[in-house]
Amino acid sequence: MSVTKERAEGALDVARIRADFPILSRMVGDKPMVFLDSAATSQKPRQVIEAEREFYERHNANVHRGIYMLSEEATELYEGAREKLARFIGASDPATIVYTRGTTESINLVAHAWGRKFLTEGDEILLSDLEHHSNIVPWQLCVRDTGAVLRYIPLTDDGLLDLSDLGTLLNERTKIVSVSGMSNSLGTLPPIRQLADAAHAVGAVICVDGAQLVPHVPVDVTALDCDFLSISGHKMLGPTASGGLYARRELLEAMDPFMGGGHMIEEVHHDHSTWNEVPYKFEAGTMNIAQEVGLGAAVDYLEALGMDAVRAHEEEITGYAIDRMLEAGATIFGPKDVSVRGGAVSFWYKEVHPHDLATILNEEGVAVRAGHHCNQLVMRRFGVPATTRASFYVYNTNDEVDALIAALGKAEEVFGF
Amino acid sequence: MALDEIYKETILDHYKNPRNKRELPGAELSCSRNNPLCGDEITVFVHEEDGKVAGVTFLGQGCSISQSSASMMTEAVTGKSVQDTERLIGEFRGMMAGDAEPDEDEFGELVALKGVVKYPIRVKCAVLAWDVLQEALSGGDGKAAGTAAH
Repeated sequence: MSVTKERAEGALDVARIRADFPILSRMVGDKPMVFLDSAATSQKPRQVIEAEREFYERHNANVHRGIYMLSEEATELYEGAREKLARFIGASDPATIVYTRGTTESINLVAHAWGRKFLTEGDEILLSDLEHHSNIVPWQLCVRDTGAVLRYIPLTDDGLLDLSDLGTLLNERTKIVSVSGMSNSLGTLPPIRQLADAAHAVGAVICVDGAQLVPHVPVDVTALDCDFLSISGHKMLGPTASGGLYARRELLEAMDPFMGGGHMIEEVHHDHSTWNEVPYKFEAGTMNIAQEVGLGAAVDYLEALGMDAVRAHEEEITGYAIDRMLEAGATIFGPKDVSVRGGAVSFWYKEVHPHDLATILNEEGVAVRAGHHCNQLVMRRFGVPATTRASFYVYNTNDEVDALIAALGKAEEVFGF
Repeated sequence: MALDEIYKETILDHYKNPRNKRELPGAELSCSRNNPLCGDEITVFVHEEDGKVAGVTFLGQGCSISQSSASMMTEAVTGKSVQDTERLIGEFRGMMAGDAEPDEDEFGELVALKGVVKYPIRVKCAVLAWDVLQEALSGGDGKAAGTAAH
């Protein structure tokens, strides 16, 4: 086990990374805070906080509007961040990135602006039982308006997608496959390229929920051959309400606008309007300018670490955590093989209810998530009302995993199971 | 220490050995609710006789706070008049909102739940059974299941 531990701390210089995150020096009472809830939101490095602060202190103005210095600077920073984000996910054209306030808005955008235009009665939308509510509910609203039908790829007992019946689930009626790139509760990494190929073979498009994927795994939209990819800024070291939607340009051109308002138009008449070019057609009103600029700094930060190193670090720490948790008597939901999963680990510790467990862990300084994680289909599949989830990122250490394990011991002491 | 305050012996005792956790045959009032945030579920059965809560039982699953609170509640209100029961529900909510000191004689073991006040997100767990009882007394028939507000 000590071998694993040394290797884990080799992929990234975690001590140096931690020094960039002011919040990580907080205490919970007299105990150092151990933050294991990055799947909910990541912490922010000084560089991101600085970028946002500097924007407000030196460059703040509305973008694409004013013919003066500040507005030009703001526009340059805002569009510069778009270029960074595009490059980060392997998109050659920055205009294929629409800014949104995160993955929820991105998926709603697709379900609305693509779904309501191109889906009709009898068409099928293929989701999976792994999906976050934000990749289910927008489609439920969409089928209500279009008469399309929802289908779900089931899960295996290991929490992987059960593709044995894919040939039936994915058929000539399927118009879109919308799946998670990485499960936020089980950590599962579905085979996106395989699903993209299968979708394209029947003439469907594929929409990938990248909320957990993009922050943790090197992503190349060309290699994945995905048509839509949603991006959450706040889960990848960026500010809240930053993020975007990648979509192939021809899809963006063909889609209707999402929201109407300023800047998304070309001309406005009494009875109709024409639309601005892509991606501005989808960016109505004043956007989260400072936040997207902050996201650009987050992209810089992750690129400096190297996404391969980020992934290697997380594979190691996740493997270490899974070994230690199993050893401590926890039940883990989802795959145990770190090559097909990310760092969100859902578990039950003996008979302690997740909410009780999270309260006790908090007393020991350990922050975890307890609940259904917006994954009620997953909870039902595994017959539990809730789970406790620990999730890891670039700043977590194996010592923090050890703190979690020690805190589990405390729970056992309190509950006496 | 704070942990001891929330996980008092009393709470764990009621969690591990819940009182009156069963259906109540002949109950004319019952109501179910869940807390979708954590999956806690509580069904309360009430047999009312001559303006009194002659019998009250519960079924459910969830964390130690929600389940022990339900268990203690059944013991606290059995035999009380409906009017006194409703008053106790109000006083219990007051204690959990942190704006009323409980009357220790009347509250008995329920005082053990006072420590939960320090954990705002867990207060909902403690109050769930009491909300369900209130709804049952006001004629809720269980059809409102799954509509806990938060």
